Amino acid sequence: MGRKILFITTDQQRYDALGCNGGTIARTPNIDALSKAGITFDRAHPQNVVCMPSRSTMITGQHVSTHGVWMNGVPLPEDAPSIASDLRRAGYTTALIGKAHFEPLLDPFLRFTENRIGNQRKTTDNPDDPHRGFDHMELSTHGAVGQLHYANWMRDNHREAIAGYYSVLDHELQVNAEGGGDTNAPQLKVNPIPAEWYHTNWVAQQTINWLNSLPADKDWFCWMSFPDPHHPWDPPASELHRVPWREVDLPAGYIEDKSKREKVIDDKLRHWRGWYDGTFVSNYEAPAKWVPASMTADQVREVNAFTHVENELIDDAIGEVLKAINARGWSSDLDVIYTTDHGEFQGDFGLLFKGPYHVDSLMRLPLIWRPAPSAKTAPARVNAPVGLVSLAATFAHIAGIERPKYTEAPRLPTSNDDATNLGHERVLTEWDSVLFGKIVHLRTICRNNWVCTAALDGTMNKFGEGELYDLTNDPLQHVNRWNDDSVKALRDDLLSDLWANLPAQVLPLRNMDAPV
Amino acid sequence: MGTVRRHAFVECNADKVWSFVGAPERLHEWFPITECRVEGNKRWITLAAGIVFEEDIVTLDHDLRRFQYKIVNNSLIKFHLGTVDVIPDGDNRCLVIYSTDMDPEVLALPIAGAASLGLEKVKQMFDGK
Repeated sequence: MGRKILFITTDQQRYDALGCNGGTIARTPNIDALSKAGITFDRAHPQNVVCMPSRSTMITGQHVSTHGVWMNGVPLPEDAPSIASDLRRAGYTTALIGKAHFEPLLDPFLRFTENRIGNQRKTTDNPDDPHRGFDHMELSTHGAVGQLHYANWMRDNHREAIAGYYSVLDHELQVNAEGGGDTNAPQLKVNPIPAEWYHTNWVAQQTINWLNSLPADKDWFCWMSFPDPHHPWDPPASELHRVPWREVDLPAGYIEDKSKREKVIDDKLRHWRGWYDGTFVSNYEAPAKWVPASMTADQVREVNAFTHVENELIDDAIGEVLKAINARGWSSDLDVIYTTDHGEFQGDFGLLFKGPYHVDSLMRLPLIWRPAPSAKTAPARVNAPVGLVSLAATFAHIAGIERPKYTEAPRLPTSNDDATNLGHERVLTEWDSVLFGKIVHLRTICRNNWVCTAALDGTMNKFGEGELYDLTNDPLQHVNRWNDDSVKALRDDLLSDLWANLPAQVLPLRNMDAPV
Repeated sequence: MGTVRRHAFVECNADKVWSFVGAPERLHEWFPITECRVEGNKRWITLAAGIVFEEDIVTLDHDLRRFQYKIVNNSLIKFHLGTVDVIPDGDNRCLVIYSTDMDPEVLALPIAGAASLGLEKVKQMFDGK
C-alpha cells in the first residue's frame, strides 16, 4: 500500500484567513493542526489570480502561458495533461468532489463535460478513461443553480432552500451588485439554509461517502474542493453568531482615510484607479454596477465577518473528513495538502473581489503540506517562494512516481534548505484579460521578498510601466518603487529574471467561450 | 453590447458551403443544438440544456450568401443579431464568418463558443469536397 492523498482546496481565500498564519478572526483548529505537524509555506503564489487559470495550473503543473487557460471562460482542453491521470495509471483511485471549474460554468449548449455529467446525473463520463483522470466527479459551485451535482441534489431534496442563496447574476446576466446584510454590502446575503444543506457540508459529506465506498487496501487521491469563501458571501444564518460583524476589526490592508487610500491607489498601475472609481471593470466576476469607492468601513467589516464564518465552516468540515479517514485506519499513510486558487481583497485598498492586481491580497496564499506521518518528515515553515505550479510534481512525489515531463516546476520543498536544493528561487504570476475591449496584461515575479509586476500594452497601461514592492519593509504594498532610482538595478534584474524564466506563451490564444 | 466574431476558411466552393449553412432548417446538422424547427420566417432552436430560443429570420440573401437572425420574445435578451456570411476566396475555397451582437453582452460569449464548434464541423464536412 502507498500513501493516500487528500488534496483540499478552498476558493478565493487569503493567507491570513487561518490561525496558523496569524489570522485572529476565524477559528481554524483542524487546519492549524495540519500546519503544526507539516510544512507551512509563507510565500506561496498562484500563477494566475482567478479560478480557471489557477486550477488549470494545479492539475497540469504548468504555467498559464503553457496550459493556455489565460482567463476565466477559456476551457482547459479535454486532452490537457492531468496529474490525476498519472496517479490513476499508477494504481490510484481518483476523485474530485466540489468545485472543479476547468471549464466554463455558463454553458447552455452543454459543451463541457463537467456540466454534461452533472446534467446527466453521472459521476463519470467514461469509467475506462475518465475525464481528466478522475474516476469519480461530484461537482458544485457557488449557490445551488446550474447543471452541477450539488444543484441537482438541492433541487431533488431541498428545493425550497435554493432561493436562500444570493443570486450571483442579476436579471441582465451581469454579476449582481445588489447589497445585503445589515450594511447593504455587495454580494452578501443572510441565507436561511440549514448548515447541513450548505455546499461546504455537502462537499465534505460526499467526500466521506466516496472514501467509505473504497476498499481498505486501495490507494486514493481525493481532491476535496470547497467553493467557499468565494463571493457571494451567504453562509447559513444559523452560523453568523460565530463572528459578529460589529466586533470585527478592520483589516490591516484597509486604508480608512479616503485621501490616503486614493493616493496609494494612484501610485499603482492606472487600471487600479479605473476599477476603484467603477469606470474600468476588467474582470467579469466583479459586479460592474458596484463602485468600490463607495464602500463603507462597516461593509468591509460585514464582508470579513461573513467570510470568516465560511472559513470556520470549512475547518469544521475538514475535521469531519479527517475523522472519517481516521476511522478507516488510513491516517498514518495520509498526506494532506491544503491550499486555495487565489486570494481576495476583503477590503484591502478599499476593494473587494479580485482582478489584475498583483499584491499579497490576491497572491499570497495559504499552502500547507502535512506529509504522511509514516514518512517522518520534520515540520517546518518555508519562506522560499513557491507556486501552485509545484503541486502536480508534489503529488507524483508522494505517490512515488516519476515527475511527469509536462510539469514545469519541481515538487514543493520540505524545508528552506530543500527549497534551495530544488531551485525554488522565484515564483511567477501572469494576468491576461480581454473583456469586450478592456485589455490588461501583467507579468509578475516574486524573488528575495520583492514583487515586481511588468505591464504589457493594454487599454490603460503601456509596456515599460509597472509596480515594484519591497515585501520586507512594505508588507501592505503601499509604496510602488517602480520609478525609484535607488532600486532601478534591482528592478531591472528582476525583470530580466522574469523574462528569462517565464515560458513562452502558446499562441494563438484560445477563444474565451464564456464569461466565467 | 457584446460583439463577437468567429471564422473558418473552408477548402470548398462557396456556393456548395452556402447551400448547407444558408439553409436555416439544417442548423442542427452543424451547430451544437439538439433541435431546430422552421416555419416561414420563424425558427425555434433547442439547446442541450433544454432552453428554447424563438428566432426571426431577418436576412436570407442567396446572392450575398448572408443569413441573419434575431432571438425574439425572450425576457433576458434585449438585443440580438446573428450573422453568417460565406465569402468566396477563389473557386474552391471560402471564408465562413459567424458574428453575434448581443445585449446582455455576456451571452455573446457562449454563442461564439458554440459557433466555433459549428464552424469546425462545417470544415470537417466540406474541406476538400
